[in-house]
Formats: sequence, C-alpha cells, structure tokens
Amino acid sequence: MAGTSAPSVAPTVGTLLPLIGKSDTKPTWCPGCGDFGVVAAVEMALKRLKIPSHQVVLVSGIGCSSNLPHFLSSYGFHSIHGRSLPVAEGIRWANHTLTVIATGGDGDGFGIGAGHFIHTMRRNVDMTYVTMDNQIYGLTTGQASPTSMMGQKTKSTPAGVIENPIDPISLALAAGATYIARAFSGDVKQMADLVAGGIQHKGFAFIDAMSPCVTYNKINTFDWFRQRVYKLENSGHDPTDIVQAWQRSLEWGDKVPTGLFYKADKPTYEDLEEVLTAGPLANQPAGLKGRESLLDEFI
Amino acid sequence: MGEISVRAGGAAGDGIASVGETLAHSLSRMGLHVFGHNAYQSVIRGGHVWFQARASTAPTHSQGDACDILYALNKETADVHLPSLSRGGTVVFDPEKFDIPASQLPAGTKALPVKTLEIARKFTSQSILQNAGGLGATAFLAGIPLDVLQASLADSFGKKKGDVVDWNLGASADGYAFAQANSAANDHAVAKAGEPKLLMTGNAAIALGAAAAGCKFLAQYPMTPASSIMHWMAAHSRDIGVVVKQAEDELAAINMAIGASYGGVRSMTATSGGGFALMVEALGMAGMAEIPLVVVESQRSGPSTGLPTKTEQGDLNMMLGAGQGEFPRAILAPANAVEAYRAAIRAFQVAEEWQTPVLLASDLHLSENYMTVDRSEIDLNVEIPSLFSVQPNGHDYKRYQYTPSGVSPRSLPGQVGLQWIAGSDEHDEKGHLISDVKSGIPVWVAERTKMMQKRMGKLAGIGRSTEPPRLEGPADAPLTFVAWGSTVGAIRDAMVTLAAKNVATNLLQIRTVFPLHVDVLEAAIDRAKTTLLVEANYSGQLGRLIRAETGRHLTNRLLKYDGEPFYPYEVVGKALEVLGHGRN
Ligand SMILES: Cc1ncc(C[n+]2csc(CCOP(=O)(O)OP(=O)(O)O)c2C)c(N)n1
Ligand code: SF4
Ligand SMILES: [Mg+2]
Repeated sequence: MAGTSAPSVAPTVGTLLPLIGKSDTKPTWCPGCGDFGVVAAVEMALKRLKIPSHQVVLVSGIGCSSNLPHFLSSYGFHSIHGRSLPVAEGIRWANHTLTVIATGGDGDGFGIGAGHFIHTMRRNVDMTYVTMDNQIYGLTTGQASPTSMMGQKTKSTPAGVIENPIDPISLALAAGATYIARAFSGDVKQMADLVAGGIQHKGFAFIDAMSPCVTYNKINTFDWFRQRVYKLENSGHDPTDIVQAWQRSLEWGDKVPTGLFYKADKPTYEDLEEVLTAGPLANQPAGLKGRESLLDEFI
Repeated sequence: MGEISVRAGGAAGDGIASVGETLAHSLSRMGLHVFGHNAYQSVIRGGHVWFQARASTAPTHSQGDACDILYALNKETADVHLPSLSRGGTVVFDPEKFDIPASQLPAGTKALPVKTLEIARKFTSQSILQNAGGLGATAFLAGIPLDVLQASLADSFGKKKGDVVDWNLGASADGYAFAQANSAANDHAVAKAGEPKLLMTGNAAIALGAAAAGCKFLAQYPMTPASSIMHWMAAHSRDIGVVVKQAEDELAAINMAIGASYGGVRSMTATSGGGFALMVEALGMAGMAEIPLVVVESQRSGPSTGLPTKTEQGDLNMMLGAGQGEFPRAILAPANAVEAYRAAIRAFQVAEEWQTPVLLASDLHLSENYMTVDRSEIDLNVEIPSLFSVQPNGHDYKRYQYTPSGVSPRSLPGQVGLQWIAGSDEHDEKGHLISDVKSGIPVWVAERTKMMQKRMGKLAGIGRSTEPPRLEGPADAPLTFVAWGSTVGAIRDAMVTLAAKNVATNLLQIRTVFPLHVDVLEAAIDRAKTTLLVEANYSGQLGRLIRAETGRHLTNRLLKYDGEPFYPYEVVGKALEVLGHGRN
C-alpha cells in the first residue's frame, strides 16, 4: 500500500525506554519564579505514569512560561504567541497515541489565544493544558493580563486595571472541558497529582496553575496564595456535580479553592473522528494509488 | 472545428449553476473540450448570476467572448446579455414571465419563446421545475442529444430518485421536443467528438492532487473561493482517509496544519486573501521551524472583503512578503485544472523535500470554474516517500544540522531517542534557543548567521525542484505575452484567434512565481521581440517582481481589476494595438 514504508510511530511499550527527565537546557526563569514548580510537577506526573519521553510532546506558545518544553527531555513545539492549542490539536490528530501537553501563560491562553481555548475545550480533544497563570505579562516586562485583578497597577495600567478579569475555571466549565482543576506552584505535590490525573483523563484536561511572577506581580505572590488556598478534596466537593463546580468556581478572593473542580466522561474528538478509528493518521496509507474510480464523479 | 457557447442567466436562487453544470457535463460527456464559467454574487437569493458553457473540438482555455445560445430566466438576463449574443444565435425565454421585443434582438439573432412554466405545470403545481423546459430547448439548440442531457440531468440529482427527478426529465424532454419542432439547431451545434472527458473545477483538481500526493490532513476556515477544496475533501474524507477540520478561524487552521505536519502527516490549509492575512505569522513559524506545509491561496478581488465572488490576482505582493523576517518559500501558479492537479502534487513534494512552506496560488477564476481534463492527464500513482528521513543513532541528534543543501534530518514524535524542540525562536543545530540568553554573544551571533544561511540556502534547491518559466508558441513570434496563473487561459485562446489572423505570438508562462528562475526568465525576455504583460491587478505585481529580479521593465501592460476574468477579445485587441495593427 502507498505510504506504508514508514516505520510505525505507534507506542513502543517497553520498560527500558527512557522516561522523561530534565534536558540539557537549564531553565532561564528568574530565581523564585512559580514556573519552576510547574515544570517539576509536569516531570513528576509523567514519571509517575511511566510514559516514555519519546511519546510525549510538550507544546507551548510564547511567554516566560512557554519556554517550558526546552527544559524537559520529551519532544516539544515552542510555537508562536497564543497558538499552542491548535498546534497541539494538529499533533494529536496526526498521531493520537502521543501524550500531548500544552503549557503556556495566561496572556498566551486567555488573551491572544482565547478563541482557541474555548474551541479546543468544546471539542474535548484528548490532551492536557496547563496554564502558568501569573496574572501578568511576564516576558514583556509586566503589563496587565486577562487575569489581572481589578485595580491592579501595571506598566500598561498605571491607574489600575479597569476591566473584569477572566475566570478560567468558569470559562472552562461553560466551554465544555471535561477535567477542570486549579493548582498552585507552592504545592508541587498537589499539582503533580492534578497533572497526572489530567493526562490519564480521556478528554480535554485543563489545569490553571497559579504560578506567581516574583518580578512583575507584587500582588498575587506566593504569600497571597498561601493565605487563601484551600483544597477542594478536603472540603466535601463532588467534582462530578457540575452545579457544585459552578459554585466553587465563583470563589475567588479571601478564599481560593485548588484541586479538581469538575470531571466528566464524554466522547473525545478523536473518538468521534471516523478516520482516526483506523489508527494513528501518521501510520495510515497515504495517496490515491489504484483509486481511479474516484475520477468517475467528474464524468 | 466545431465550437459553441451556451449561456444561462437569472437571479441567484433560480438554479442557474445547476442548469449550467448540466449543460457543461453533457458537452464534456460528448468528448468536447469545455470551459464552464460560473458568475455569481455574494448573496444566496436575488442578484444576477449566469453560467457560460463553452465547448469545442479544440481545447477551450477560457469562457470565450460571445454566446451562441442564451437562456434568459429573467428580463435582466436578456437586457445584460443580449448584446453578446452572436450572429445566428438564439435567445430562449418564457413569454409568460417577460417579453423580448424584436427591437432588442441584435442583428441576425432570433428569439425562441418556450412556455417553461406551462410545461412545468403539466407535472406539478410546485414551482420547482421552471428551468427544465428551457434547459431541454437550450440543449437541443446546442446539438446535445436528448439521452446525453437526460443522463447528466439525472446524475445531477445524485442518488435521489422519485417524482422530482422524473418531472425534471419529463419537462426537459418536452422543452427539447418543442424546440425541435419550432426551430433548427444553432449553426454551430456540436456533435459527439470522442470519449467522455472529465470536467472539474480548479479546486477539485487541487484537492485531488493533494490527496494523491499523500495529504492526510486539511484544516480550513470557510472563505470563497477556497471553500470547495474543503467541501471536496470532506465529502471523500472517510473514503480516502483524510482528516478534514473546519477550524475556528484561519489562525487555528494553519497552526493545526503545522502541528499535524510536525506530528508526521502531510498537511494543507487553504484560504483566500483575507484568511491568508491571518495566517501570515504562522507561515513564518513553518519557515523558521522548518515544517513542511502547503497553503492554497485562492485570490479574490480585494482590498479587504472586496468583491468576494469575483476574481483577481492582487495578492502576489502579499504572498511574496508574507511573514516577518526572511525564510525560504515557493509560490506555484497553475493556470488550469490539469496544471492545478500537478501543482498540488509538486507543492507537497517541494514542501517535504525542502521542509518549508509552499504556497499554491490560485484565484476564483481557476478555483471555481469548470475545465475538461483527459483521464490520461490525471495520474493518481504518485510515489510517496517515507517521512522518516533519519534513523535512530542513539545520541547527539541534531534536527537543524548544517548540511550542504540546508536540509536537515527530520524525526517525528514517537521515534525513540530523537526528541527535539521545534521552535519559532532562533535556535542552534539542536534546536536550543539562541534567542533568550545567548543572542549578542559573538559565538552565537555567528551561529545565528549560519542558521539564516542554512535556511535561506534551501532556496537554490527549491529553484531546482520547481518549474522554470515556459515558452509556448513559435519562438520567433513578434509578440511575447508574459503572464501567471489563470490569466494564461484567455491568452491561450487569444493566441489561436491571432494566429487565424496571421499574427504569431508566444507566451512566457511564469509557472513558479517564486523563486523566479532568473536566468531562464532573463534569456526569454531578452529574446522576445516585444512583450505584453497581462495581469488581473492594478499595479502589475508580477511585472514589478520581474523588474526587481531581472532589471527588465515590461512596459506594455494589459491590467484588469474589475473582478471579471480576461476575455480573449481584450487580449487580442491589446496585442494588435501593441503590434501597431490597430484595434479591430
Ligand atoms: C503576536 C505577538 N504579539 C505580542 C508578542 C509579545 N509577547 C510575548 S510574550 C507576551 C505575553 C506573555 O504573557 P503570558 O502569556 O502571560 O506569559 P508569561 O510571560 O507571563 O509567562 C507578549 C505580549 C508576541 N510574541 N507575539
Ligand atoms: S518575569 Fe516573572 S514570569 Fe517571567 S521568569 Fe521572571 S518571575 Fe517568572
Ligand atoms: Mg503571564
């Protein structure tokens, strides 16, 4: 058959294959940046799940946070600002045996990439998306982001932010994500649990990782969060109940819930795309050799 | 040579396109060369639309100029198109709807009133059959045998069976019989000329060529005149195993295609100028990260939303310059359906071989009009090489390794031990960023220079993998047309007309707009006695490119930017003027 000379890119299951680890590139983040916690949690989750590094693709946009793929030993795609999700979707559809994790900033995901965020969730693409939400534009040296709080003074809003912040959790609920969580860089263990749960989840898993920018956000600091966070799993929350999830998503202020807000089982995009039921697209025959009957419609 | 042109016109929603397509298919099934021109508006109902099917025993490269038979469904059609009815021609109309006074008929033409509504009422009281009687009468005048017409008509309903199909067949037969009893066929009526030909739009040819070249993923956002690429692919998706994704916007479409290509399948996106403008940033990423990608840019009249259903070649400057910074690309410019089929295949081959984006420039005139193709011209047996260009060697894999050609070994995610990071930032051979902490340091300044040279060095190879300009017609002709894309069609027809007037001309067709094959081009221009640049835009964008790249200034120009395709008579007139023969 045409195009089948390619070696298989289906998962090569074997215990000897290298698991994910640090790459030879050292993180370039400011000392104390919340993103260190996120890269540690992603590494821990993948190690725990024993997914070999060649089976993982980390996809990001542009921002301090979006440099993350360079620091781990998997495949990666460090794309352009705001476009990590469509790139990740394309990778999933080319080869849905791969574990695809998109990582990026709040500006990347909820500002310039907001349209893709909503549409990827409603498609329930089977992938994981971890936003390193520092409520600020870090890489561009401290302008307001879509999650900056009302009144916050930044370089672009010296008199304070005058628009309401996006709430990524309730937005994700509305858009149809099937695994929705909030994590905090100050609790890497919980974050790793949530990321591992997201990777295992069949469907679109969204983890809003509160990841303080120690350089440009002097409000939402590690301390700010430590004084406010509480764990949903310790407070009787039922993540299969969407009404409870909505109620909890509205909490932001004196108390900030972390953990799993919502989880549902629904068919994924890959389940419903018939062409993919024949296996990973990358392994399917390509071309139209011997398909001359296709020309009959033109007569 | 037998040749006939049949035109049908009415209001949008009247079903003009299906009347036209049925006539065009009937003629191509008779073994004739056909060009079917579908002229429509950007509304779904109302607004004037028409379809011209031109058929000949000789190749038809354009819609032609006049029509021999006009089927006018409304008065507006008669008013607009009667002036182009040729001597000996006939206009078919329904006197119950409107009248055509004898004074309105051009000299030497006649009117054939056909009571299409009355015929329709014989079959049903619903107002769904009003075209069929007129279609039958028109077909008779054109020389189309009734059985050929009816087979095409039945096929146009697809798998549908039942009353509506039977009524249509009955009404068309009545109209056919009425015309036969009350009129002679047109003087130019055609007859069966050979085996049936294939009739396809440029977009169908592009989609077919892409699939034949191994395309497995198409992401697109609807935009005229590119949408029917997605429609064809979606209709065949399961059968041929191509994933078709209607994206949320063009930003998503191109980035999905880039992701899929990185993931290990040949991928494409298609759009028109407005959507392409949104894709520009990602195009540069494909260039930077060295991801193969095919982008179809089917131009329509701009600027901005422009004339969404009208043609133009106004996006060449944008295609040349799309993207910040510099990266290698190719721009292929097919002129007709066969060339479009082959260009799509070549686009995939070039993109893959040189790991960079390739643009396939089309326009509304090529994308949406119908052209005949001989079955033998479509070879579906395209060799599709494996995408795996590198075998695992354990360690030290360099995705962006410096090589003499500029092409580096490519691994795909899922391959053990060959991990790399595709990056939109500048990077070293391993894909590690230069941008963040290293830029400006002398050794990395040198690295950046080398990496730019590696990427841009691929342009030389892309030149060898793409088609140089091609001269057709007598080498020593006194006039050389210079053109690209669908404009070539009207020129080819004009060259036949000019030859019949003993005026020899030739055509320098720029098949690859970028990279220009400068040596071949310069030699051809220098050999030409006189040149005439023909482009469907205001400023002569190809002319500007040729001047920039070769220093040759093509001063004789026929430029058109009214949204309409070139008509052969316009080209003939300008050629005679340039040659000093005066217009005639
Ligand atoms: C199209 C485009 N616009 C603007 C930029 C500049 N830019 C780079 S990163 C960034 C915002 C970063 O904020 P965020 O996504 O929250 O990431 P962080 O740096 O905070 O981790 C901007 C605006 C760009 N790279 N591309
Ligand atoms: S600027 Fe902020 S987000 Fe960026 S690396 Fe420094 S601390 Fe982290
Ligand atoms: Mg941020």
